[in-house]
Amino acid sequence: MSSDPVRIAAAPVRTAPGGWRRRVKQRSTLHAHGEPMLWLTGGALGLALFMIAGLLVLVVWQGIFTFWPGALVEVTARSGERCLGEVVRRERYTPEPGAVDALAPDEAAAARRELEAHRGQLGRRLIRIGNFDITGEHFRWLEDFRVAAETRPAWAVLVERTSWGRCYGIPRAFRVDGEVVAETPEAVWEKYRELHGAARARRARRKALESGDIGRINHALEQARLGLRKVELESGRHSAAWAAAEPRFLQEQEAAAQAFARVQEEIHTIERENARYQIVCDTYHRGQIVPATVMLGDIVRAFAPNRLSFVAKLGVYVSRWREFLCDEPREANSEGGVWPAIFGTAVMTLIMCLVVVPFGVLAALYLREYARAGFIVSAVRIAVNNLAGVPSIVFGVFGLGFFCYIIGASIDQLLFAARLPNPTYGNGGVLWASLTLALLTLPVVIVATEEALAAVPNSMREGSYACGAAKWQTVRRIVLPRAMPGIMTGMILAMARGAGEVAPLMLVGAAKVAPDLPLDGIFPYLHPERKFMHLGFHIYDLGFQSQNSEAARPMVFTTTLLLIAIVAALNLFAIWLRARLRRKFVTGQF
Amino acid sequence: MTTASEPMADAPREPARRHATPRPAPALRGDRLAAIARGEAVPTETHRELAGERAILEVDGFNLWYGTKQALHDIHLDVPFGKVTALVGPSGCGKSTLLRSVNRLNDLLDTVRITGDMRLDGASIYHPSVDVIQLRKRMGMVFQKPNPFPMSIYENVVYSLRIDGVRDRRVLDEVCERSLQAAAFWDEAKDRLKESALGLSGGQQQRLCIARAIAAEPDVLLMDEPCSALDPIATGKIEDLIDALKGEYTVLIVTHNMQQASRTSDYTAFMYLGRLVEYGPTEAIFTRPHLAETNDYITGRFG
Ligand SMILES: Nc1ncnc2c1ncn2[C@@H]1O[C@H](COP(=O)(O)OP(=O)(O)O)[C@@H](O)[C@H]1O
Ligand SMILES: [Mg+2]
Repeated sequence: MSSDPVRIAAAPVRTAPGGWRRRVKQRSTLHAHGEPMLWLTGGALGLALFMIAGLLVLVVWQGIFTFWPGALVEVTARSGERCLGEVVRRERYTPEPGAVDALAPDEAAAARRELEAHRGQLGRRLIRIGNFDITGEHFRWLEDFRVAAETRPAWAVLVERTSWGRCYGIPRAFRVDGEVVAETPEAVWEKYRELHGAARARRARRKALESGDIGRINHALEQARLGLRKVELESGRHSAAWAAAEPRFLQEQEAAAQAFARVQEEIHTIERENARYQIVCDTYHRGQIVPATVMLGDIVRAFAPNRLSFVAKLGVYVSRWREFLCDEPREANSEGGVWPAIFGTAVMTLIMCLVVVPFGVLAALYLREYARAGFIVSAVRIAVNNLAGVPSIVFGVFGLGFFCYIIGASIDQLLFAARLPNPTYGNGGVLWASLTLALLTLPVVIVATEEALAAVPNSMREGSYACGAAKWQTVRRIVLPRAMPGIMTGMILAMARGAGEVAPLMLVGAAKVAPDLPLDGIFPYLHPERKFMHLGFHIYDLGFQSQNSEAARPMVFTTTLLLIAIVAALNLFAIWLRARLRRKFVTGQF
Repeated sequence: MTTASEPMADAPREPARRHATPRPAPALRGDRLAAIARGEAVPTETHRELAGERAILEVDGFNLWYGTKQALHDIHLDVPFGKVTALVGPSGCGKSTLLRSVNRLNDLLDTVRITGDMRLDGASIYHPSVDVIQLRKRMGMVFQKPNPFPMSIYENVVYSLRIDGVRDRRVLDEVCERSLQAAAFWDEAKDRLKESALGLSGGQQQRLCIARAIAAEPDVLLMDEPCSALDPIATGKIEDLIDALKGEYTVLIVTHNMQQASRTSDYTAFMYLGRLVEYGPTEAIFTRPHLAETNDYITGRFG
């Protein structure tokens, strides 16, 4: 870019025939070099790259440390009050005038010293204290000037429970059937190690009973009820058919009730067994030591972070990631895993692809291969392109109005009349969400496919026709295979767009909690009418709808990281597939 | 697309003067090309020797328009069976158009209209009842630029059988080998039949296209400047190949390489601005053409 001024100066001065001499200036202007344009364009690109990189770094940085076990601190305030927990965040603030004067003398003195040292600002920290069942709060702000001492007790443990959030405390006793069997932290820990595995297995069994067995019983009962309702709809309440069906239904109802009682009994047994083992921890509340009792069966994970080596911390970290990826959410989504959301997102994207790719490719084939170029084709093409610019919430409204309320309601009338007024398909569900997104991404596929078809050289088509091939044979054997990499590109773009879309899903079937996956062991295995969880919607829910928003905050980033990773993985897979196809058409083996 | 039955108001309807054209009157000499350029109808000088040949393809008063522009004017041309016939002439004179009209590839263009007819073995090509797909199966075509399909060498060769639904592996293998051998490509290709055809060199691709064109044993092989995109060595191989095909296949080849026409063809037709000017045995056209204009073109004095 930098031209050499010496060479310019040394260039011979040309003399035109008419005696006019072209003057060559010693230095050309900056403008002529074009450097301002270079800076402008390069700067714009750089800024764009910087913002993208910044976004990725922020999400990755915040998301990656969520699960790293931090140290537990015990803070003693000047007032004598103590609290135990994890410091989540520190910040500086400017106190209101007069606020310092209202403090107790020793605190006020400390605050004034700090104000002087830090140009009128005070520090404070946010401590996650947990023990919501005792304290009524998850987090507490503590100003630095209140702090008299800060220690890291070796035996401070963090207990993640299935309910009430986390418990922070120092183990004091292990009780079996109400009797204390261990009294030192070491001994308690020993007992915990010994018995927790079995307790966890019992909890898993209980969950299996609750969601599996009871689900099946309810399903059977519902089927029986629907059968009876059908008879009622068809023949009326006073018919012979009803008279025959009713006792059968009552019988089935009785059988279901018995099965239910059996399962309930087993659950109670497990609960009783689990309630036998308890850990008691010392925690602090309002300046006093308060015992917190945790049932062994409720413990998801417990460890003493201050005693852990790096490798052991890594173990906790990995186990938390595993839980995040493979388990169901707990505690209003702010703890536990996002497996249902991952699964829902994947199923939805898959169904969307299955619909939009064939549909879009056929439409593009008609536009490019069959339709005669002319006004109508151009108009259709413009309309398709404009469809890509329609706000996605509009598609959501359309999906709700058309798929759920018109098509879905008609399906219910025809096939699921017995269940009315409860909607089956006449409500949001994974099928309608997929179809709505298919509609949303249709222009992407059509445009990409059309471009791919246009890029197939005409000489190939002519060669095929010259061999006596018909139009469809030419399209199927020559044009489509050759255009396949381009079609894959369209699919990639559609997937990336569809997997990350949230707004329309809120209308057509994404749910905050959807305990039943759209795919399970109950006939007919695929349940396209079910509501589903979606990662994008999950992020929104965590970030804005959570009661414990402070605890949900890191999860927002972790889930975002996961969503980005999934979309990237889908894209990489499709890109790999496309590269393979491309190689196939250029050199490689068949 | 108009059909043969539709009369054209502005189509010049010269009486066909074939086979028995006397030597041109001296007045016409030297003026023919100028007359053609003025748009006048000029009769084709067809040599007497052609009368003795059995014509497999007869072009009879054929006119073709691209939109409003007429590209072929009243062509009368009989292609003899089992011989190689070359079409020569300056670029843009309508050689490719004529060739693509024979297998009705021009049907694919919306703007094309034609009048007149062609006959393959006595049966009309342009009659409305003709099944174009069946018609094309009786002809093979080799294009100016090699256009192998995006599939393996093997699948390229047996393409026309595949679209006919032939599944029998033995038949396909046999046709593949026979066609590749006829196209002088078997020795190079036999170990890489499963490889993509797009990885071949230009000359190899063109021989593959020839193998593909003759796989279905066509009545007529149409070649549109098959060597123009190739280097001299590849060109030599293709020319040898055309020589070898002679007798077995009827070949209609477009070329604007005079040596190639004189080396490979039995008959040569000279076209100019959409009209057929002179048509006769290659040897006669190149050594003692009836028309001075042909001589000028052959010897490179214009065009
Ligand atoms: N698809 C087309 N549309 C319009 N005009 C065409 C088309 N193809 C060829 N032509 C015109 O027809 C004339 C003959 O072309 P062509 O048969 O390709 O000549 P040649 O093969 O002898 O060089 C040329 O003037 C060319 O411009
Ligand atoms: Mg040409």
